[in-house]
This record gives sequence, C-alpha cells and structure tokens, in this order.
Amino acid sequence: MATATGTAAITAARVGGTAAARSRREAVLRVVAPIAVGLIVLGAWQFLVSVVGVSDYLLPSPQSIAEEFVAYWPSILSAAVITGTNAFVGLVVGTVLGLALAALAARWRAIDRMSAPVVAALAVVPIVALAPVLNSMFGADSQFGRQAIAALASFVPVFLNTLRGFRQTTPVHRDLMKAYAATSGQVLRTITLPTARPFMLTGIRIASSLAVISALVAEYFGGPRGGLGSLISTSAASSAYARAWAYVVASIALGLLFYLATLALERLVQPRTTRQRTTEGST
Amino acid sequence: MTDPTTAPAVAAPAGGGAPDAVAAPPGTPAVEIRGVDKTFDTRSGLVPALDGIDLTVAEGEFVSLIGPSGCGKSTLMRLIADLDEPTSGEVRVFGKTARQARRDQDYGIAFQQAGLLPWRTVAANVALPLELHGVASASRRDRVAELLEMVGLADFADRYPDQLSGGMQQRVAIARALAERPRLLLMDEPFGALDEMTREKMQAELVRICAETGAAVVFVTHSIPEAVFLSDRVVVMSPRPGRIQQVVSMQLGADASRTEALREERAFFEMVTVVREALHGAPAGGARGVETR
Repeated sequence: MATATGTAAITAARVGGTAAARSRREAVLRVVAPIAVGLIVLGAWQFLVSVVGVSDYLLPSPQSIAEEFVAYWPSILSAAVITGTNAFVGLVVGTVLGLALAALAARWRAIDRMSAPVVAALAVVPIVALAPVLNSMFGADSQFGRQAIAALASFVPVFLNTLRGFRQTTPVHRDLMKAYAATSGQVLRTITLPTARPFMLTGIRIASSLAVISALVAEYFGGPRGGLGSLISTSAASSAYARAWAYVVASIALGLLFYLATLALERLVQPRTTRQRTTEGST
Repeated sequence: MTDPTTAPAVAAPAGGGAPDAVAAPPGTPAVEIRGVDKTFDTRSGLVPALDGIDLTVAEGEFVSLIGPSGCGKSTLMRLIADLDEPTSGEVRVFGKTARQARRDQDYGIAFQQAGLLPWRTVAANVALPLELHGVASASRRDRVAELLEMVGLADFADRYPDQLSGGMQQRVAIARALAERPRLLLMDEPFGALDEMTREKMQAELVRICAETGAAVVFVTHSIPEAVFLSDRVVVMSPRPGRIQQVVSMQLGADASRTEALREERAFFEMVTVVREALHGAPAGGARGVETR
C-alpha cells in the first residue's frame, strides 16, 4: 500500500517536473491534478461507506480514519519515530556498506566475483524468513534485528547501482586521462566518482523506500512493540480497523518523507539537474 | 579503473630514460616514426593494423593522415599519443619516447567525440589538464579566459557541455587540448561529427589557432578537402594492413594563405584531385569510406 501510493506520487512528480518547466499552466495542473484525484477517490470512498452502506469492518470511512489519526496522534508520532529510526539506521549502514563494497568490487575483479553470488542471495532474502531468526538471535527487546533487516534491504540496490556506476566511464574519458598522465587517484576523483554519482544516488533513493518497508514489515514478526508495523497488526487484531488504517497512513507519510529526503540529498549533491531544468525553461 | 602505465613508478621502456629528460635540441622533429608495425590480438586471431610505417613530422608542420575506414590512421595517432604501443618499431616525440612525451605532456589531444566532462562547466573543462598538472588557480583562470577567447566561447564559460552545440563542444575540446601550450597537437577526426558548414568554419579557426600557437599538428581525417585545406602534407594510407601509400605535399600557390577563398581556387581543386588519385592509386573513382565532397 505504502509503496503503491509512494510510486504513484513519484511518477506524477517526475513526469510533471519537466512539464512544469515548460509552462506555468502545466505547473498548476501538476499540483491540482493529483489533489483532485485524491479528493475524488476519498469522496467515492466516503460515499461507499456512508451512503451505499459498506460495513465499517470491511472498509472504515476516511472520516473515521481521520478521527482515529487525530485521537492517536501521540502514539502515531512515537511509533513513526521508532520505525523511522530503525529505517534510518538501516539505510545509513546499508548505504555505507554498499558504497564501500561496490568500490572494492570495481577495483578488484576477484572481490566482484566473490561478492556476486552473496549479493544475489541477499537480494532474494525474504524479510519474513529473516525477521523471526534475527529477533530470537538478538533478543525480544532489541531493535537491532529490524535495523539489520533494513540495512540488508538497503545494501542491495546501493551496491548494484554503485557498481554499475563505477563501470560507466567512457573510453574517450579514459583515453583523455591517460593522455594527461593522470594518477589513479586523479582518475578516480575526476572521472570515476562523478560518473558513478547519479547511479549511487539512484541506488540510495531506491534503498530509502525499501528501508522503511522492511523496518516496518520486520515488526510484524515479534520484537519490541511500539513501531508502526506492530501497531498496525495489533490494531487489526483487535478489530480497530480505522485505527489500523490511521497507522497505515502514517507509514505512507514516513515512506514519502524518506523518499523526499533522499531526493533533497540528490539535489544537494548534484545541483546540476535543477540548474539545467531552469535554464532550459527560460530559453 | 586504474591504468598501470600511468603509475609513475613504472619505468620507461628500453631506449627511454636519462637522455629523454634533456630538452630536445632545435630542429628535432615533432614526431619521428620508424618501422612501426601494430598488430591487434583479437578473439578471431591477430589483426595487422599498421605495417612498416615511417613518418616524420617537422616542428610546426601540419600533417593530415587520410585513408578509408580501417586503414589504421587513428591507430597511428594513438601510437604517437602513447595510448597504444607499437608491436615493433619506434615512435619518438620531440626526440623522446612516446611514453616520456606523454608523461611530460608534450602534446595536446582532441578526439572525434569532444569528450567533455558533462558535470563540469565549459571553463572547468578547459581547466582540467591545468588542474591535473597542478597549475595554480589564479594562472589557471587567466589561461582559461585566454583560451575561451581564442575559440570564441568567452560568453559560455559557465555553461555546461549539454547546453552547447556539437561545434561549440568541439571548440571547447580544442581549447582544452591547447591549454598547456603544446608544441604538438594530435587530432582524431575532431570535426567528423559536424555538419559541413560548421566544419568549414572550424577548419578556418584551426588554421588561425595553429598560426597563433605555431604547434605541429597530426590530424586524422577522412575528408579530402579538409586534409587539403589544412595541411602542409597529406599522408595517404591504404587499408589492411595500414600502410603509407603516398605522402603528398600541398602546393597551393605562392602565398598559400588558408582563407575561405582558397576553397574556390584552382590550386585547391588540383590538390584535392592529387590526393584523391593517390587514395585510389589511379585516376578518380569513388573510394569507399572516404568523403570526396
């Protein structure tokens, strides 16, 4: 749910991004269109529940979800902080490991060969399988298992994208560096890293959503209570569906927050993209 | 990612060493190629690319390498640049081994692709070689301004490569090649991807720049008029394996000023015909892989 909505919003934002630069009218449309769609969906939803009479157990109305959201705001906030912290720790650790190992694999072919099957295995590890194991390994009161899962989930896309980025240097740039008799350190700084940068950032952006999802899902399988995932399952188990939905809404918000944060990081590290867009718009 | 040959610890090949460190005496040719063969070891076996090449380029001389695709003209240029090594024979640049000349940055180079770094501004791209070789930032700035002025891109210093046309990008690449005032310029079809009009404009600019800098040029092309317009001598090559078929000295009349008017002069057309015939080894016809426009 969280991903589906997140991706939709992302696509809308990206498609709109280029259009917005072209004309002001499209920029307005970009904001208005998704809001309109959202309102229509919510309206239809509310209509189904309150007029058509779909059972509140089956589908709580947006209104009741909003009420629960307000009523449980302190709990939602603390839950989001717990899950968010786990996801953030996992994302940072996974990213650092991914970048470091990709650098090593790009440098030494042997490491690449050795790591390839391990990474392939990591890529397919299901959270469902790992979460109970880690929870019993590190005790029921430790967040470590969840952070480890988030780190694992983040590691894979960062590693794969970064490694690919390190291999994108073009022959003409390599020739040029050789002609300049550049040292390997200079080649790394002037060609390899800047070429790989957009790939690294893409990896981190993908990892950011994955980190939130895995930190959340890992909470379903034991460990300390209090995170968004455990509260969703608790609420659903006690038939408080509207409250469960309120936590789901909070999870979506958390995922989007992570995504936007990495997008901001991208802008920060690579301001070129924004500048290019504005220049194109003005000419 | 890393290239072992760029590591300073690697010793120069036999024949290099102490004598190379000494500045070349006046009159030393810019490029001296003796008995060079180049064979590529490919999956389908050994492919001879160059066979028995002898060529000397004097200081300040403009020499074009022309020939159909696959005649090894680019390979020859890469040997001079020490981007590849000859299988046998010797390449000397200003009296040094090609490797030593590359280490000493004795040449500037431009490729068919401009090869600009897209994440750097025009100015930063031109500054790249200066930056790599530790030129102080103040003198770097001055030199970049001077170079951009020379190629007519002073107003575009802060633009990024993708905001420039192909011709402008190529001019940036040429400015970059000239950054360290090389006495030898190696150019591998630098105008190959440009349209005819831009190309002629760029050729005229190159002539002007060469006159200003006095650099020797080895210019790879597959356009006969381009070679004739630019060169003092045109080296005509034949393919598989690449050999020098003929070296044609350009005789474009007494004053021989390379202006736009030259393109319409009789002497120009005569030289075009001479080169074309040399390419075919017989009176005109259509050589494949060579532009005769």
